[in-house]
Amino acid sequence: MQRWQIFGVWISIVLFGAVVSCQPGGSDPTTDPEPTGPKPIEYQTTPYPWKKPANFPEPTYAFAKNPLTLEGVALGRALFYDDMLSVNGTVSCAFCHQQGAAFAHTDHALSHGINDKIGTRNNLGLQNMAFYKAFFWDGGVQDLDLLPIAPIENPVEMGHSMPALLNAVRQSPRYRPMFLAAFGTDSITTDRFLKALSQFMLTMVSANSRYDKYVRNEAGGRLSTDELAGLTLFKQKCSTCHAGELFTDQSYRNNGLSRATNKDEGRSLITLRPEDRFTFRVPSLRNVERTSPYMHDGRFWTLEEVMNHYSTNMQDVPELDPALRINGRPGVPLTDTEKKQLVAFLRTLTDTDYIADRRLSAPN
Amino acid sequence: MYRSLLYVFLTGLGLTAGLLACDTPDPEAVTGTFVIQLDNVAGNQNLQLNTGTYRNALGESFTPTAFNYFVSNIRLIRTNGADYVVPQDSSYFLVRETDPASQRITLKNVPYGDYKGVSFVLGVDSLRSTMDISRRTGALDPGSDHTGANGMYWSWNSGYIFMKLEGTSPSAPVDATGSNTFRYHIGFFGGRDTRTINNLKTIPVLFGTDVAQVDAEKVPTVLLQADVLKIFDGPTLLSIKANPEVMISPFSSSIANNYAQMFAYRGKTTATLN
Repeated sequence: MQRWQIFGVWISIVLFGAVVSCQPGGSDPTTDPEPTGPKPIEYQTTPYPWKKPANFPEPTYAFAKNPLTLEGVALGRALFYDDMLSVNGTVSCAFCHQQGAAFAHTDHALSHGINDKIGTRNNLGLQNMAFYKAFFWDGGVQDLDLLPIAPIENPVEMGHSMPALLNAVRQSPRYRPMFLAAFGTDSITTDRFLKALSQFMLTMVSANSRYDKYVRNEAGGRLSTDELAGLTLFKQKCSTCHAGELFTDQSYRNNGLSRATNKDEGRSLITLRPEDRFTFRVPSLRNVERTSPYMHDGRFWTLEEVMNHYSTNMQDVPELDPALRINGRPGVPLTDTEKKQLVAFLRTLTDTDYIADRRLSAPN
Repeated sequence: MYRSLLYVFLTGLGLTAGLLACDTPDPEAVTGTFVIQLDNVAGNQNLQLNTGTYRNALGESFTPTAFNYFVSNIRLIRTNGADYVVPQDSSYFLVRETDPASQRITLKNVPYGDYKGVSFVLGVDSLRSTMDISRRTGALDPGSDHTGANGMYWSWNSGYIFMKLEGTSPSAPVDATGSNTFRYHIGFFGGRDTRTINNLKTIPVLFGTDVAQVDAEKVPTVLLQADVLKIFDGPTLLSIKANPEVMISPFSSSIANNYAQMFAYRGKTTATLN
């Protein structure tokens, strides 16, 4: 016998021994008790066919702890679009995360909550959250399941409290049957409430832009000469940070924005590390055409302004990311033609399927 | 030859482990109950939220309005060295001054024996702080009451507040609501992906010459005092004037070092069963 075979036999003996030793004494384990009365209705969910796009990295979300089902996704979708998640019933998740803007809030520089309260940062579009290891501009939340608590309890966003909200959901005739269908119980807990929202958010996968079709060699994947030139420029000048198919390396960096009017310290408010001062998450650029305004405080309204910031307006602050200081000078030199080509390329990242996907729209 | 002997030995070991692993609870109980009674004080005075006024070593007077802390990962220290570690899933307690019931920690299934001390973590360990939401129930449920003075969870920087002390003091500056408030919310478990400061403190409290006996007849209750003055008057003198608000700052570590020394053993009582 080979060594591994001996090992296998040994494992079998030990496992068998362990199983035998655990048999309850006296009773015959093969006899099931006779069923009495009518069989209860069995709770049956339908798995949701979640697929990783071919050109994407492996997801970071641990699906095993929250297997996606059609019922769970439907529940999460209902919650996502429900105004009752805010304390005065005026603001749903979708209020600030609008599908037409790739689930960002276009025309608002800073997040807009209940009673017209204004937050401190520009809301990030929701997409491809299954692939992120942290959330928000500062990465303060690292588990998608914990994310919704932040906007729900933020006094300038939804202003609610989780216990009060969960009680309201428990009393709503709409939700008990949905929880029963999704989880086999109508006991509404923090865990199930948040995991249902996660299930819906995990279905928000945007991977069908013209660029995606181009890299996957699919029909409709033609890029123009300018767009192709933009792609080449992008790879040379932008992809250190906006890396890979998610168009972010998920790091936190300072990109030389002026701090004249906004002294938000960003990531260091989470980590307390001096080296994280004034750094912010590198955002994905997917659907960037739709998610105006730009930057953590929404200071730029057009992609052209963003190009001008990177090429000529960048401030030489001490925290500036080294990748953005070229030959000792801040900024990424770009000609007007190059800017146009880059913007043309960025527009190929717009995923019209995602923006129009009825499965992600408000339920009837 | 030696290898086969090794396998025989390992097999025996495995079978023994299997037998031990499925040992069913003995109906003749060899475990009893152990009670930890916490009493929050300010020096030699009982702590009274909203009405009591106390003075720290820097001479700053203050009136606490909220005082909460997490006690977790409890270990009972035996005289014979074989400590009893409370099963992790049942070892998280949120103590709130406003809730007397929360100040009484009743531990069941404690092996009979002689105990000379207790140790616990003030706060919520990093493992539990990053566990799946389904493993965070009861006091750890982020969906339970964590707003206002009761709040012991940071939703925007996922993590628990280990110790919260809030109050008013003439030494504190006037805040937006017009009152002179100070607020200490101390958390930080060391970070999930990025290393941050770690304010978790394992705090041993020994019973001196006392021995708390757990057996079929005896349920001991040990009285531990938590002295809020020690939060100010520790290795670092905490000035309300200089630091009226400490939450997410490196100075939180100084406060954690202070509160690590706020507990003291103050005696025991023993209830006799039957």
